[in-house]
Amino acid sequence: MTSTHGTTKTAGPAVGPTPPEQTTATGQDGNGPQIQAVRRRICELLPPDAVITDHARLRTYECDGLAHYRVTPAVVVLADSVDHVATVVRICAAQRVPFVARGSGTGLSGGALPRADGVLIVTSRMRAIREVLPQDQRAVVEPGVINLDVTKAAAPHGYYYAPDPSSQQICSIGGNVAENSGGAHCLKYGFTANHVTGVEFVAPDGSVVELGGLAPDAPGYDLLGTVVGSEGTLGIATAVTVRLTRKPEGVVTVLAGFPSTDDAGAATSAIIGAGVVPAAIEMMDALAIEAAEAAVHCNYPDGAGAVLVIELDGATVEVQREFDEVERHCREHGAFEFRVARDDVERALIWKGRKSAFAAVGRISPDYIVQDGVIPRTSLPQVLRAIAELSSSSGVRVANVFHAGDGNLHPLVLFDESKPGQGEAAEEVSGKILDLCIEAGGSITGEHGVGIDKSAYMPRMFSDDDLDTMQMVRCAFDPDNIANPGKIFPTPRLCGEVPGRRKGEHPLAVAEVAEIF
Amino acid sequence: MAVEALIRAGPALTAACDDVSEATGADAVDGVQPAYVGRPGSTAETASLLRAAAEHGLAVVARGAGTKLTWGTPPERVDLVLDLTRMDAVVDHAAGDLVAVAQAGCPIATLQESLASAGQRLAMDETRPGTTLGGGIATNSSGPRRMLNGTFRDLMIGTTVVRADGVIAKSGGRVVKNVAGYDLGKLMTGSFGTLGVVTEAVFRLHPLPAASNVLLAGARDAATLAEMVRAMVHSDVVPTAVEVDWSPAGGGIGVLLEGSAEGVAARTATAGDLLGRAGAAETHVADLPPPSWGRYPEGVLLKVTCALSAVQTVLTEASRLGVTVCGSAGAGVLYGGLPAQRPPDDVRAAVTALRAVCVGTGAASSCSTRQPRSSPQ
Repeated sequence: MTSTHGTTKTAGPAVGPTPPEQTTATGQDGNGPQIQAVRRRICELLPPDAVITDHARLRTYECDGLAHYRVTPAVVVLADSVDHVATVVRICAAQRVPFVARGSGTGLSGGALPRADGVLIVTSRMRAIREVLPQDQRAVVEPGVINLDVTKAAAPHGYYYAPDPSSQQICSIGGNVAENSGGAHCLKYGFTANHVTGVEFVAPDGSVVELGGLAPDAPGYDLLGTVVGSEGTLGIATAVTVRLTRKPEGVVTVLAGFPSTDDAGAATSAIIGAGVVPAAIEMMDALAIEAAEAAVHCNYPDGAGAVLVIELDGATVEVQREFDEVERHCREHGAFEFRVARDDVERALIWKGRKSAFAAVGRISPDYIVQDGVIPRTSLPQVLRAIAELSSSSGVRVANVFHAGDGNLHPLVLFDESKPGQGEAAEEVSGKILDLCIEAGGSITGEHGVGIDKSAYMPRMFSDDDLDTMQMVRCAFDPDNIANPGKIFPTPRLCGEVPGRRKGEHPLAVAEVAEIF
Repeated sequence: MAVEALIRAGPALTAACDDVSEATGADAVDGVQPAYVGRPGSTAETASLLRAAAEHGLAVVARGAGTKLTWGTPPERVDLVLDLTRMDAVVDHAAGDLVAVAQAGCPIATLQESLASAGQRLAMDETRPGTTLGGGIATNSSGPRRMLNGTFRDLMIGTTVVRADGVIAKSGGRVVKNVAGYDLGKLMTGSFGTLGVVTEAVFRLHPLPAASNVLLAGARDAATLAEMVRAMVHSDVVPTAVEVDWSPAGGGIGVLLEGSAEGVAARTATAGDLLGRAGAAETHVADLPPPSWGRYPEGVLLKVTCALSAVQTVLTEASRLGVTVCGSAGAGVLYGGLPAQRPPDDVRAAVTALRAVCVGTGAASSCSTRQPRSSPQ
C-alpha cells in the first residue's frame, strides 16, 4: 500500500530493535475491560453510522500518511459535531482510555497513528465553513475542512489562507492546527500558528473551551499558541478561526537553472542578503529534477544541477524591483536559464514539477523515505556536500527537494525494499541526515512533526529538563495522559511527579492573573 | 513572610548570586515592598538564585527596565526582585540566517542599533522608552508594526526560561522553521513572569527597509476614521502599520509604508488617493513616524482588542466614555487611556462598558486594565 506521498518507511529510523507500533506507545490490548466499556457507551450515545467497530473497516484507519507504521484502532468514531467529539472524549476520560484525533490522515510523522487500546476520532465529516468574514479578515471553519477550500471560500472577497502545505488539496485544517503546518510560502507568511487566532477546543477531560477568537491577543496565557502544533496531545480542535490574507496585487514566479546546488544556494543567500524576502524559494537537485521530468514532464532546464523556483508577491511596484534583484543575483551566481511566469497558467507549470516532486520520486525508485529536517540557511552548502558524501559512501541515492529560503530540507532517500539490506541502509542514511541537521544547529522537523516517528530523536535536540518542562504543560492539560499518548515524547511522564505542584496552584488555575482589575 | 525567615534566606541568596542587595523603596512593585534585589549575570546564576528562593519560599518578581511593572494587579507579596538588567548582551547575530540571540535584559533599542549595522531589525516597536526584550515578552507588548509582522509570539523562535524551581528549560531553536516539541515561547509571551523567567531568546529578523513614508490624515468623526482604516486594511498598498489616535476632541489615522524608494513613493500616492476617497480632507506625508508613534497612552492604560469590523464601534463608545484611544486599528489592537485623576468607580464603569462592546462585537477577548503606579486606587 502506498501512502499520500508514497512514504513506505520511517523518516527517522527506529532506534532500537522494536518498531514503535509494537511497543506500549501505541497500546497493546484492544479488548480490555476499559475499552470494552468505552465501546459500549459510545454505541449507546452516538448514531450507528458514526461508529466503526467492525475489524475490516477499522483497518482502513490503521495508518496515516506514514504508512510504514500500522495499528488497528479499537474503535473509530466519525464525528459530526463538537458534541460528538466532546461526548467521546468524556467517555474516554471516565475510563482513562486513550484517544487519537485524525483529520485527512495525510500526516507524515505518524501523529495520527491509532492506539490499539483506544479510540480514533476522525474529524473529516466536520466540513462546514461556518463563516467567511472578509471585513474581519477571518474565517471560522470546522477541522475537517480541506486547507485549499478555505482559500476557495475567501477568494471571491480578494483574500486567501496563507499556509499552503504541499498536500493542501487533501489535508485538513484540524490536522494543520495539530502539526503547525507550513508550506512553500511560509518563508514570508509564517506557519499555521501565525494564522490561527482562535479555536473551539475539546480538552482531554471532555470540556469544551474557546481559546482566542476573532480578535488577537486574548487576555491570559497564550494557550492557543500552546495548543497549535501540539500534535493532538493536548486535546482536539473542533472549530478554527483563521486569519485571511489579502491576495497580493502582483505575483511573479521564476524558474532558474544552475550548474550545481552550490550555485543555487549561493544565489539564495545573495537574494536574502540583499534584503528581499520572497514568498517562496524552493530548490531541487539533479536527481529530483530527473524524477519530476519522468513523472510530469515539467520541462525544467536541460543539464541543470539544480533549479530554484522563486516566487515574489506584494504590491506590483515592489515585486518589480525585487524581481530585478532576483534576476541579477541568479545570473551573477551562474544561472544559465531564467524563466518568468507572468500569469497563473505559466505559474502552475513551474510549480507542477516542484509540487509533484515527492510522488515523482516513485518513478525512479520503488521505495523511498521522505525526510524533514532544518538547518540554518547559511550551512546549506556544507550540509548538502555532507549529504552527497553520505550518499556516495553508502551507495544510497538521495534526491534533494527543499524550501531553500528557510533551510527546510526534504531529502528523499531512495531504496528498493525487495533487495536485501537496502531498507536498513536507507534508514541509516536518513537518520544520519537528521544528525547533520542537529549538528548544524537546526531541527529534526520543520513541518512534518515529531509524531511517533521521531520521538526517539527528541533527546538529541532537547535536554531531559527541556522535555520535562514540556511535559509539565502536557500534564496541566492531560494529567491522565490519554490525548494521543506515545507521540512527541520518548518517554511518558507521570503527572503526579510535577515538581512544584505541591507548592501552588495548578498552572491553568492562575490563567487569569494577567488580566483585570 | 516573617522577618526571621527572610533574614535566614539572605545568605542563601548571596551564595547563589554575587550581586544581591537589600531592596530600597525604589524597588517596590506596584506599592509592594521586596526585601532583596538580585542581579544575576547569567542564566546559570538566575537558576541558582531561583532555586535558593524556592527553597526558602520567597515570592519573586522578575524586572527588566521596570517600564511596565505596574501592569495588571499588584503582587500579593514580593520578597525578591530579580533584576535582569545585567543580562543585556546581544549574544549572537547570524545576519545570513536573519536570526539574533539576545539576553532578556537587553533593551529593544540596543538590539535594534546592533542589528541596524547589518541592515536588519527585529520588526518590533519600542512601546515604552528603555523597555527590555524580557519585559516586552512578559507583557506581550507590541506596537504599530505588529500589523504586518506580528508580535513577540510570532518573532521569537527560541526561548530559554528558568522555572521557579531553578530548572533551565529551552524550547524552539535557532531556525525559523521548527515544529519539534511544544512552543513554550508562546506560553511565556504575555505570561507576566508567572510561569518562569525568560533569560535569553532567539528572534527571527527582517531586513531594514530602504525607504519609508508615513501618511497622516485627520478625521472629522469616528465613522470617517473607521472608513479610512478599512480603506487601508483592504487595499493592496501592504501597509506595515495602520494606527489611529482618537479622543473626544478628534483625531486621525497614521499609515506606515515601508519598502524600496520607488515602491514606497508609488504606494504612498495610491494610499493618499484611497484615504481621500474614504473622507480624509488632507493627507500629510513624512518619511519617518512622529516620536510619539506607537507609545502607549499615559494614565490608566486599557488594552482593547476587537474584531476589525468593530473598530468604529469601539472608537465611538470610547469617545462617549471619555477614553482616549490609540493603537493598531489595522490589527484590532487598541490602547485606551484615562487620566490618572479619574475616580476608580468611573474607570471601572468605562472598562465594563468597553469590555461589553468588545465581546458583543465578536471578540472573544475583552479589554484588560493596566493600572499605573501614579493613579489613585
